[in-house]
Amino acid sequence: MTPRLLTPPHHPGQVLLEKQVTEPPVAARAPYWTMRRRDELAGWLFVAPQLAGIVAFVIVPLGLVAWYSLHEWNVLAGTFDFVGGSNYRALTDDPRLGPALRATGFFSLGLVVLNLSLALFLAVLLNQKLRGTVVFRTLFFSPVVVTLVAWTIVWGFLLQDNGGINAFIDVLGLNTLGIDGPNWLRGDATAMISVIIVQLFKGVGLNMVLFLAALQGVPAELYEAARIDGASAWARFRRVTVPLISPTILLTSILTVVGSLQVFAQIAVLTQGGPGTSTTVLVYYLYQQAFQFHHFGYGATISLLLFVIVLALTVLQWRMRRRWVFHES
Amino acid sequence: MSRKGKLLLYGVLLVCCVPFVFPTWWMATASLKPVNEIFAFPPSLIPQSVTLDAYRQVFELQPFGQQYLNSCYIAVIVTLGTLVISSLAGYAFARITFRGAGVVFMIVLAGLLVPNEVTIIPLYRMFDSLGLVNTHWPLILIPMLGAPSVLATFIMRQFFITLPRELEEAGRVDGLGRLGLFWQVSLPLARPAIGAVAIFTFLHSWNLYLEPIVFLSSKEKFTIPQALTQYVDAYGGAMWNVQLAAATMSALPVLIIFVLAQRQFVEGLAQSGLKG
Repeated sequence: MTPRLLTPPHHPGQVLLEKQVTEPPVAARAPYWTMRRRDELAGWLFVAPQLAGIVAFVIVPLGLVAWYSLHEWNVLAGTFDFVGGSNYRALTDDPRLGPALRATGFFSLGLVVLNLSLALFLAVLLNQKLRGTVVFRTLFFSPVVVTLVAWTIVWGFLLQDNGGINAFIDVLGLNTLGIDGPNWLRGDATAMISVIIVQLFKGVGLNMVLFLAALQGVPAELYEAARIDGASAWARFRRVTVPLISPTILLTSILTVVGSLQVFAQIAVLTQGGPGTSTTVLVYYLYQQAFQFHHFGYGATISLLLFVIVLALTVLQWRMRRRWVFHES
Repeated sequence: MSRKGKLLLYGVLLVCCVPFVFPTWWMATASLKPVNEIFAFPPSLIPQSVTLDAYRQVFELQPFGQQYLNSCYIAVIVTLGTLVISSLAGYAFARITFRGAGVVFMIVLAGLLVPNEVTIIPLYRMFDSLGLVNTHWPLILIPMLGAPSVLATFIMRQFFITLPRELEEAGRVDGLGRLGLFWQVSLPLARPAIGAVAIFTFLHSWNLYLEPIVFLSSKEKFTIPQALTQYVDAYGGAMWNVQLAAATMSALPVLIIFVLAQRQFVEGLAQSGLKG
């Protein structure tokens, strides 16, 4: 008999037989490597790479951000001096901080509201009994897989003063009605709206798919019961659909909020934070301070502020879930 | 649903499609137009005359083939590495009882709250002191081991939790150890979660922009997103047809794979632990 035959899954009888042959008779002393002990070791070994990675690339850097924020650090001059809270004072006195926070808030709020409503709207449309919804689902999802910068570039091209969007506005004769295409990326108000729109259509497909999966999990009997009770379509949506998919709404809103605070490539490619500072969101400001002006210490202070905002918003949403997220149990 | 209702629904769906589909169409067609046509009025939905001039320039102005290869190999390594790390960790968090599991899980989850943008300054200093700036190491190591891998681990964990315990007990009777149970019993069943993680991770790496522009400085090291924005004329104005040609080349292969495998894509994502 070869040891290879020790564990054929379909012959439990044979396994027993083999065990009797190959394993020593049960000793009086229990073996050290019990299943519990093996699992202790296996558990730690399995999570070790991930844990080491998080410590090295998240926890330690986060500590360093806090440490750097207490220093005046000029990379070009090679100086690294402890300055206590002076970066924080500079931050509260920074005339550019207010506009950056406003831009971040405007972008995030605009994107999250539009993204979640459009995602839910499209998911409801696709959830109807209709032929060809798979084709539409594929089309709505397709921007998610288009290279982010490629998608941003083509929108930048479309949004030029003499670009595609304004040309089509003219072709449709809208300019004769007094609607003239603005220079989208050069106007204070339109620049931020443009960036929001570009990111909206890039990413909304992902939330749409998650919503669609949630909608398909709502039992049809519930709608039937609501209909018999005389509930209107809107009442059914509001009282049946929304509560039942609320866990998905929570998840998508957390992911979309955190994602919206990370927007960088779109700003860097479309507007470079302009015109003026109207699209300089916090991440972009942080990049400018650290990697264009070489103020690493001050940049670290902005990083910390960004972290606090992400943390606060996530905790807030998680806390509020008790108010509106429906649990079956 | 009535005939009228259906027609109305199709109409709404078609209108909704425009902002999703038109940009990609415009990108691909404009890249084939001669320079004098791309801003022509009225705009042409189909190129009047076709030229591959822009595609030739893409490769003349930058080592675009090399840059393409960079993006591909980095994304593949990051995806494979993330799959190994996240499936092991996700399995352990879902299936193995070990002391400290709760604390370790909280530490790992903290990664979800710390976007890479927050830690980019110390990460830059760390790789700088190791002499690894202007190499691909940061673009591989940070996504694979750092914050972006946490979502992957979370998805894997959510999936493994749903597997019935009896499956593993049968394996145990057959004498499998932990690694055997993981590799031979649980992992083969985790295909939807693996697919979702692979797609997420690949796209994340493929789209990475802040890290390349912070860490890389020589053109032959660049990745695609960074290279796309470098096609500018002497005055810093965008060479639109060249940018669009390069953009098309970066987007089309992934789009084609997506269309061919769209069911696995969409349903894998929908059925992953992200369902909530």
